[in-house]
Parts: sequence; structure tokens; C-alpha cells
Amino acid sequence: MIKTADVVVIGGGVIGCSTAYNLAKLGAGKVVVLEKKYLASGATGRCGAGMRMQWGTETNCLLSRESVKMLSHLPELLNVDVDIEFTQNGYLMPAYSEKMAEQFKKNLVLQNSLNIPARWVTPEESLEIVPFLNTKGMFGATYCAEDGHCNPFKVTEAYAQAAKNLKVEIYTDTEVQGIVTKNGKIISVRTNQGNIQTDTVVNAAGGYAKTVGRMVGVELPIFPERHEILVTEPVEPTMGPMVMSFYHNLYCQQSPHGSFIMGIGHPNEPESYNIKSSWQFLRDMAQRLVEILPPLAGLNVVRQWAGLYDMCPDRTPILGSSPALNRFFTAAGFSGHGFMISPITGQLMAEMVVGKPTAFPIQMFDAGRFDRGELFVEPSVV
Amino acid sequence: MNHNDIIICRCEDITLGEIREQITQGKHTLEEIKRACRSGMGPCQGRTCAPLIVNEIAKATGKPVSEIPLPTFRPSTSPIKMASLLGGDKHD
Repeated sequence: MIKTADVVVIGGGVIGCSTAYNLAKLGAGKVVVLEKKYLASGATGRCGAGMRMQWGTETNCLLSRESVKMLSHLPELLNVDVDIEFTQNGYLMPAYSEKMAEQFKKNLVLQNSLNIPARWVTPEESLEIVPFLNTKGMFGATYCAEDGHCNPFKVTEAYAQAAKNLKVEIYTDTEVQGIVTKNGKIISVRTNQGNIQTDTVVNAAGGYAKTVGRMVGVELPIFPERHEILVTEPVEPTMGPMVMSFYHNLYCQQSPHGSFIMGIGHPNEPESYNIKSSWQFLRDMAQRLVEILPPLAGLNVVRQWAGLYDMCPDRTPILGSSPALNRFFTAAGFSGHGFMISPITGQLMAEMVVGKPTAFPIQMFDAGRFDRGELFVEPSVV
Repeated sequence: MNHNDIIICRCEDITLGEIREQITQGKHTLEEIKRACRSGMGPCQGRTCAPLIVNEIAKATGKPVSEIPLPTFRPSTSPIKMASLLGGDKHD
């Protein structure tokens, strides 16, 4: 194992790999990625694989818009031969109350002002987009045809390959066990495979970001929360867009492979590292799904799994260094939408680490915002 | 006969050649190979292909089969219709 590095990135998910690639591209010197298991084995590889630009805060709109631009030609951008299965079949987001419709219309004004082509559709127009949608109780929906899907394993693989081409070293099966600091400076990172001397660490550990923060005495308000998901047998293309309903707390999308991937949020899910599957999820998922997409009751479920959202209290990620330890950077707390903003996030984090002006202002997303009371509450999360 | 054309994963149509390509690229566990090419992700959940792929990994790495870890087994045990999962709350 390498003995010294200029930057150590903790976490081999899509955020870690994207950050490492961008660091190498900006000439940050020797960059190392440490991953406890294998690439995309955590939240990245367990996510719903959707990609949307319909958000309720300006930052999330911008981050996702720029990421979609990059994903649309990512293999060329990274100069790698990986099919990332990028498809743009839209997101349809039905509203079931006056209040929800109002919030959605407010979001639309924001999205449209940032050139995101989302629009309001009536229940009748929704049926032209998803003919078997149950529109009972629907006030209408927002629809953005340029939202879509991307394969998280393949995007991570693309960034990892591109990073390796720029001499980044990626160590899998390597668990970080401690970080040594002295007089407010990072000295080294201790792993089960040996120690690496470095003065700069990027914490991209997803649900484990708080644990990594505690290794240097930094308390991050990020907590892990289980979210469950299932996949069906593949069938002919029958549903174009992702259907995402905040009322049902549900999302469901047919992947390019033909299988339907779907999940629900559970309001009472406790903070824990539990990623076990539950039988209750299968029943709850099926019950809510057939309410809104009745014909899908005929599909066979082939597998269910769970993963951790790295939740932040305001559902906006922490991107930045720590006041107590200014070479300890965190890129975590994505609250269920890290994958879809990973291309631009990796770039912004790398710019911040090497001390370049960032493409967008992100200094207000440091962990200190919780002490200052300057939160960015994202309303649109399942 | 070209052995690389043999279908190893029948659910997802993955050939021996594709599996060997993944192993050559450095993926030495069932978990990694599955995520790269979908082997074992179909309706049978790897019942046919898992032992075959384990043999290929063992051959390529020189490790005994007993040291190749199995992937996580996830519910359901066999494919089940969404409609079958709906009821039961009221002894229906």
C-alpha cells in the first residue's frame, strides 16, 4: 500500500470516485481512494437510479441540471468506454392536494427560471404520458421530459476508470480505522491495510460520514436511515417516466433493462445502520403501488434490498471543510439524492480542496450552517 | 466449439466469455461481477450461475472454491406477484 498521499478520499461510492477523478484532473498530486468493501457497495449501488431536475431549492436545481448535462456525454467527458445507460424518459410528479399543487407550481417557477424544462400537466395530460395511471384525487402533476435514469454501478465504474487513468490509486477491502491529527492538522489515515501519511482528507463515506467525522473530533449532523426498494421481472417498455408521488411517499420507474424499480419512504424509520430487508415493505409497497399504477400488480417481484440514506436535518448535503480542522472536507448528507448530482459535486469538491474558485458558490453548505441557523430546506424528498 | 459462447446466466443471457472478461478486469467476487454485468439478477437469483461463476473465479485466482464468498441472499425466495402481496391484513 502507498505510504504517503496528497489527498485521501474516504468512500468508494460515486461521490468519492467523482471527487478523486476531479482532484487528479486539477493536479492535486497523489490522490488515494479508500473503500471498506467494493466500489458502489454502499448507498450508490443501492439507490433508485433516477435522475431528476425538479427540485424545490435553487442549489439542487442547479446541481442536478449541470449533472444531467455532464451525464449526457459522460464517457466522452471522462474518455472511458463504459455504457452508463443514460436515458431521459422524464419524471411525472402528481399532486394530491391544493397545498401540494401550490408548492409544485412555486417549484416550477424556480425550475423554469433556471431553464429546467418542467411543466404543469392536467390529469388528462398525465394519461397521455402514463396511460394506466390512476388519476383519482389528482390535482395535476409536474412533468420534466429531460429527467430520467442512469446506472449507478456504471457511472461509478466510469469515474473509477477515469481516475485510475490519471494515476489515482483505489484500494478496495480497505477500512479506515482512524485519522491521526496533531495541533489542528491531519497527520495520517490509519486503515486495516496500513497507514497513509496525508494532510488532506475528503469524507465521502455516505451513511458512515458521522463515524468518520468523529475520528477527527468533528461532529457532523448526518445520520443513516434505511430505505427499502424492490425490482420486478423485466417486461416490454410500458412506462416512460419515473412516477414519483409525495402523497404516497413512493417512486417507481421502468429501467432500460425492462424491470421496474420502486421504493417507498417510511416516516418512522429510526436512525440506524440496519440494511436488512423487511416483509412489511413488500406489503406496503404493493398496496401503495396498485393505488396509483394498478396494472403493475401483475408483475413478479424478483428481489428486494435496502440501503442507507445519509440524511441531513435540512435534506441538503454538507459540502465543505471543518472550521476546527480546515483540511478535513466533507461531501456527504445527500439525503437520498447524491447519485444524481455526483458529477458536478465531485468537480466542486475538487475545486474547493485545491483552492480554486468553485463553479457555483457552495461555501454556505459547510457543516457550520447548522450552528449559524442558515438551513436550506429541500421540500421535495421521498 | 467456442466455450466463451456458452450461456452461464440464463435469466440475463450472460456468456462465459463475458464472465471471464469481468474476472480479467479484476472483479474477483460474485457481488462485483453481478453489479457489472447483471449475472444472477434475474428471476432465479443466481441459482444456476452462482456456482458456475465461483468455479471460474477459483480457476482464475487459484483460490479454492470454499474461499470464494457467496453473495447476499435476498428475499423473495422465488418470484412473487405484487397482487399476492396486497392482502392478508384482514384475514382475507
